[in-house]
Amino acid sequence: MKISVMPMRDKIILRVVSRFLIPFILLFGLYVQFHGDYGPGGGFQAGVIFAAGFVLYGLIFGLDNLKKVAPLRIVEIFLAVGLLIYGGVGVETMLLSGNYLDYKVLDGADPRHGLHLGILLVEIGVGLTVASSMLVFFYAFAGRKHS
Amino acid sequence: MIPTEFLLFAFLMVIALMISRLRHLFAAAMLSGMFSLVSAGLFTLMDAVDVAFTEAAVGAGVSTILLLGTLSLTSHEERQRPIRILPFVIVFLTGAALFVGTLDMPAYGDPQAPIHLYLESDYVRGTQAEFGIPNIVTAVLASYRGYDTLGETAVIFTAAVGILALLIRGSGPEKGADS
Repeated sequence: MKISVMPMRDKIILRVVSRFLIPFILLFGLYVQFHGDYGPGGGFQAGVIFAAGFVLYGLIFGLDNLKKVAPLRIVEIFLAVGLLIYGGVGVETMLLSGNYLDYKVLDGADPRHGLHLGILLVEIGVGLTVASSMLVFFYAFAGRKHS
Repeated sequence: MIPTEFLLFAFLMVIALMISRLRHLFAAAMLSGMFSLVSAGLFTLMDAVDVAFTEAAVGAGVSTILLLGTLSLTSHEERQRPIRILPFVIVFLTGAALFVGTLDMPAYGDPQAPIHLYLESDYVRGTQAEFGIPNIVTAVLASYRGYDTLGETAVIFTAAVGILALLIRGSGPEKGADS
């Protein structure tokens, strides 16, 4: 079976079902990301689910179409941006004369709001890095040919 | 009435035995995806829904696809090799040692287990008092253990950069020309 050479786009059931499912997978990923304070989940789970939606698209419609939707160049940038957001929140708390990753100082008036903001930002960073690295793995392994 | 956990564990064992017996690698890859899906069901029963998400998406989804992608580069059949006794004995002894090790562990959900006596009660109370959010796991991961999660994110980042450097950038024009 060759993922890159033989796209499953000609199989109508797969195409219709995946087209129906992918928006819900992505939406569920966003829900897990932003609802992590209240329900189960967080950045890691959200990133993985979000990437799974893209991988499903790549499987059905071919690697070339996936590269048009999520170019490797942009995936690489998000990969670094996610970790930079996480580390940057820590630097920001230090600039606000707190400890590294001490989110309370993010909002001087309301420390609890600062905590929520810090967790939200950090989880977004985790989600970006995890989703991008899953896509990088997929690109690297699905794009290889017999040598 | 047998608990569902037992049924799922029995199912896991059957799948694992089948994977070890199969020579057909495509079927083995699909069965490993099933193994992950059944594990995800087990995690859900143990109220670890977030772990179940990850297992279902990574284990049953992405890594099965990576296995299939790898299969397209190699043959579909495992080579027949003579059965050797020593590896079997080593694997059996290691498994038995792990099994004996679990007998020392506290019972599942035991409130007197060491993990529940130290720090955990602080986290449970602190999450309510300081954060005011219901999900203690998120509070522990992102705040109490924020450094660890930063390290984990850096590990994932490093793995992806390594793959990028070796497999995507590494197979540049000079290597792509002769393939």
